[in-house]
Amino acid sequence: MLKRTLLLILFLILSISLFSENDSLIFLENQFPCEGFYITGRDIPNDGGSGIEINWSFPDSLDNCFLTVLRRDEFGNNSVVATDLLVSSKQVRDVSSDEEPSRVKDGIKYYYTGILSKKIIDENLLNILKEKSYLKNGTYIFNNDTFYVTSETDAVISKASWFNLSRIPVLISLIIIAFVFLYYLNLAKSGKELYIRKINGLDAVEEAVGRSTEMGKPIMYILGIGYVTDIPTIAGLTILSRVSKKVAEYETKILVPSYDPVVMTTAQEVVKEAFTEAGRPDLYNKNDIMYITQDQFGYAAGVDGMMMREKPGAVFLQGLFFAESLILAETGHSIGAIQISGTTETAQLPFFVAACDYTLIGEEMMAASVYLQKEPMMLSSIAAEDLLKVFIMLLIIAGFVISIFAFGFNIGLFKNLFDHLVNALQV
Amino acid sequence: MFVRRTLPLLVSAVFGVALILQFFVPHPASKNFYNMMLDWLIIVSAFTYLIAVQSTVELHFTKIKRKVEGWQYSIIVLIALFVTAFLGVFGGAFMPTTLWMKIFPSVKPSDTTPLMYTYLYMQMPMQSTIFSLLAFYMASAAFRSFRARSFDATLLLITAGIVTLGRVPLGEFIYKGLPDVVEWILKYPNMAAQRGILIGVQLGIIATSIKIILGIEGKYLGGGK
Repeated sequence: MLKRTLLLILFLILSISLFSENDSLIFLENQFPCEGFYITGRDIPNDGGSGIEINWSFPDSLDNCFLTVLRRDEFGNNSVVATDLLVSSKQVRDVSSDEEPSRVKDGIKYYYTGILSKKIIDENLLNILKEKSYLKNGTYIFNNDTFYVTSETDAVISKASWFNLSRIPVLISLIIIAFVFLYYLNLAKSGKELYIRKINGLDAVEEAVGRSTEMGKPIMYILGIGYVTDIPTIAGLTILSRVSKKVAEYETKILVPSYDPVVMTTAQEVVKEAFTEAGRPDLYNKNDIMYITQDQFGYAAGVDGMMMREKPGAVFLQGLFFAESLILAETGHSIGAIQISGTTETAQLPFFVAACDYTLIGEEMMAASVYLQKEPMMLSSIAAEDLLKVFIMLLIIAGFVISIFAFGFNIGLFKNLFDHLVNALQV
Repeated sequence: MFVRRTLPLLVSAVFGVALILQFFVPHPASKNFYNMMLDWLIIVSAFTYLIAVQSTVELHFTKIKRKVEGWQYSIIVLIALFVTAFLGVFGGAFMPTTLWMKIFPSVKPSDTTPLMYTYLYMQMPMQSTIFSLLAFYMASAAFRSFRARSFDATLLLITAGIVTLGRVPLGEFIYKGLPDVVEWILKYPNMAAQRGILIGVQLGIIATSIKIILGIEGKYLGGGK
């Protein structure tokens, strides 16, 4: 009986000692090799508020350790910012997001504490830490694991910025571009003649429409799968205006299968106005500018089918194109249509070059409206673009020369110059 | 004239400038303004879908009425349009509607909706079919382009031959350094040409945007300048 009682007492003592060892936080003085290192917090610069950046600096030997960051607000509420951060990451951002909109609020003081550990700390310990209003800086032991608690940061307050200073290079570029543009606009107004080189693809518009008319076939104008908010689509609509006018003059038919309803309604308006301008509003048929579908390959299939049935004499592919470009262009080629294409998508340009008679490459498409109207005011934009291109070329050459001296000849002065150049151009 | 041209140009100018300024202002007020613009874009687009449906229905009804060549396909288009709309409205888009589950008691909330069924088992295979045609079109376009009729075409033929060979194991078998040659071609001459085009395109986009904001470019609205 005595033996049993002694065993029971021993078991109870052991249980209590184990329990107390597992769940108590034991503070030790200066055990972890990172004394003197700390974390700092600051408002994220140039942001829309509700964000604080936390940085830390620990010895490189601790790079594989984990850091848990705790946040305390001025009302004493504690919460966990992150638990699984590798020390080598050096930084974390505590920001409000759409999922957690009230994480950090502007104008409230926040204090951050870092907990350095050799493995990710468990939920149990986190709950204990969250309950404590203040943790003294130093080394602690929990469950036989040692971890280090940094001193708390100073109060950090987040606020929204009214201007993004990191975008100053963009603003300067914008001012330079606007200035060059307005300068040439003034020059054009004063009557100075500006030159624009020949663009074969646009000169061929009349030939294509004329040929189609002679063959008694309609013209098909494909605006691609862009939206009206895309500049290539707007450029395509501008060319459509000119083509439609020619179509009305030759009294033939134009078909515009559309991918987007907004583009379709805009195209209807453009064609209608062009027919009116040409003095043939009676030839305009709203149903010739029709909606197909907003499915990429469904659109390609629909347009291909229409091509095979209607057999247009000329096909214009002007706008934004992706994987369907060759499907459309090859079908156009197979029916023997004269094809004039244009896009800004560099990946699709080889397909158009291979399958079409004329291709407007990138900026030629943007220049189309200027080329077709040849108004001095419009030509000024081309001259401004050319000057800016020269400026960009000089910048590229300068960067090239500086990098050769900096990294080829290893000259420190040029390295600094290169860094400054890269920083100035970075957004 | 004011409503048809001046007002749209004025709206373009005001909102064009406002959105440029918005790019430089990170404040939540600016973000809200931007989101509001996006919402309006969605609202306007939603209304134009009605016009798109009206256009499709009118076009195909006319074809059926006039019995133009292939009018039977128009019947299929209209049936597909109305059946899909019906399935979407009454059957639900991502989960079956209560009404659908009442009509068909065997349908559970986790079941694939009829609309999703048409997407997965009808639309997707059709999309893949059209996409797969691209391989054949590529072959025929490449055959025409790679005929060595001029110096440029010969250069294209040689480069394409090297790149094609370097991308398959046979190329590496013939010459071990071929993949590196291909990498060099893609990384330097090809990238340089692409960037040249892209710089021109970006400048063109900026110039067009400025012309739209200043009201110089108005062809996209229809009519003259």
